[in-house]
Amino acid sequence: MKKSSLNIITKDGVTFLEFSNKVTLYEIANYEKRLETTSITSKKVQISLDNVIYLDTAGALFLQTIKRELSLKDIEVSFEVQKEEFQKMLQLVKQEEVLFSQTKKDSFLVQTGELFYNYYIGFISFLSFIGKLFATKLHYLKSWKNVRYKEIAFEINENGVKAFYIVALTSFLIGLVVAYQSAYQLKMYGANIFVVDMLSISMFRELAPLMTAIVIAGRSGSAFTAQIGAMKITEELDAMKTMGFDPYVFLVMPRIIALMIVLPILIFFADMMGILGGIFVANLDLKITPQLFIERLNEVVAAKHFLVGLLKGPFFAFLIASIGIYRGLMVKDDTQSIGLNTTKSVVEAIFAVIICDAIFSIMFTNLGI
Amino acid sequence: MKNIIEVRELRTLFDNRVIHDGLNLTIKEGEIYGLLGPSGCGKTTLLREMVMLEHYASGEIKVLGKSLNNISTDNAQELRKAWGVLFQAGALFSSLNLYENVALPLEEYTTLSKKMIDEIVRFKIHLVGLKPNDAFLYPSQISGGMKKKAALARALAMDPKLLFLDEPTSGLDPVSAREFDKLILNLRSFLDLTIVMVSHDLRSIYDTLDRVAIIDNKKIAYEGSLENIHLQKSEFIQTFFGQSYE
Repeated sequence: MKKSSLNIITKDGVTFLEFSNKVTLYEIANYEKRLETTSITSKKVQISLDNVIYLDTAGALFLQTIKRELSLKDIEVSFEVQKEEFQKMLQLVKQEEVLFSQTKKDSFLVQTGELFYNYYIGFISFLSFIGKLFATKLHYLKSWKNVRYKEIAFEINENGVKAFYIVALTSFLIGLVVAYQSAYQLKMYGANIFVVDMLSISMFRELAPLMTAIVIAGRSGSAFTAQIGAMKITEELDAMKTMGFDPYVFLVMPRIIALMIVLPILIFFADMMGILGGIFVANLDLKITPQLFIERLNEVVAAKHFLVGLLKGPFFAFLIASIGIYRGLMVKDDTQSIGLNTTKSVVEAIFAVIICDAIFSIMFTNLGI
Repeated sequence: MKNIIEVRELRTLFDNRVIHDGLNLTIKEGEIYGLLGPSGCGKTTLLREMVMLEHYASGEIKVLGKSLNNISTDNAQELRKAWGVLFQAGALFSSLNLYENVALPLEEYTTLSKKMIDEIVRFKIHLVGLKPNDAFLYPSQISGGMKKKAALARALAMDPKLLFLDEPTSGLDPVSAREFDKLILNLRSFLDLTIVMVSHDLRSIYDTLDRVAIIDNKKIAYEGSLENIHLQKSEFIQTFFGQSYE
């Protein structure tokens, strides 16, 4: 097979670029290197394609580019092409040379401004979602017949009952770890029994609600976004609207209500499992019998600590569910945006839960609870 | 004949892009009316505006005598029960099987007995040409053509007087597409329907439509029957109908 090559010959002040065999997509990289390494000093260049058998559009474009670049350096370029088809090809790419209008890069200020404006718009649209939610809620709760018990029961099963094991395991381990770490410190002071106070108060007040909310945010928040986002892409939401089924009534409210019912229950189980983990460690490591542990628990820990934890449940649930659903409704008509919005929904939900927890913490401390 | 839908001086904006500007059309009772035009001209948008899925900037749309400008929630709900919409890909509810999909509007809006609903659902499924056994399949288990038929059965569940179809034959093979056309013609004669559809399928357009509106350049370029359409000067009409209509 003949090798494709490029001969560069300078004669009488004219540089000849003689291509042979093929000028296609696969060869032009070599030619480009060749041309880069040789400097053309003469004022006239002639490109000859007499020995070329095959020229494709990429090759033709390459030749036209050479011509354009050399013309910029005031070098005269001419083609020597015998074959009619090559001439046509060169003509074709010349016609198709479209100048894309280059988009000017925005300045830093414009970019920052746009970024914050988008955040602002995002916040406003979340507020309008919440507004619509409450407007629907009022309309919806006018009569108990409107409540969609079947959907609520289904969502409770999906997001509560099925999440039980993972929540129980997580909080059991948290209880175990917290008790184990504090046991080491308390042993040094011979204050073994205080592990009960420490573990139960931190578990009831903060750890159990927060851990449960974070697990549920990862589990249900992402599920809500993906479910509703997919329904939006397949036009199911539009179909519902045209049939007069308000998605807020059929999809949004049942999920929010179900999660608000089920999260306090999960927190209760998380409390129990956390304490169980603590009893385990106390028994093995600190020689505190389960009976003693429970007695001490009964003596020192007021019911308010436990109730404060449960009270946080519905608030966390509302945040997780509404953010998950809002993100689902924000999904655009492409698959990319499902992934993006699912990520955002989990991150935002966890963030919102932690902010809310901080507010509660300050509030309860100031109220002396 | 009564006017079922009237669109007056409609203007639609997407951000700053003008989609429709001063668009007028009238759809009469009992006709099969087509919205045609080059892609991107806003046919589907217009259809979505008629079914209250999209907002318009100014002008007026009247459907079944009710203006959609500032329509009350109750009136809107009335309208939604009075029409059926068939989406391009069917948009069946993926968590329900075909039977439940068709039964859903009946269960939500009527106080019919289970037995009566069962009768109606079976009839509607038969009407669109699906086999009784298909009724218990889920949307993910059936073909595109079956999805469209099932979605049509769902759209017909409440016996609407007005039916919107968004590209009913797109994505179907030619045989199924002709079957679907026949089905639409039959339904019109059985059920006294008024049908509004967006379509690209020339055969389907000639076989089914009574009147068409051609949207080009943000306005209606032509409204009327198909007979004299090739005489029109619009560039789109010339390329779309020019050669094929002899």
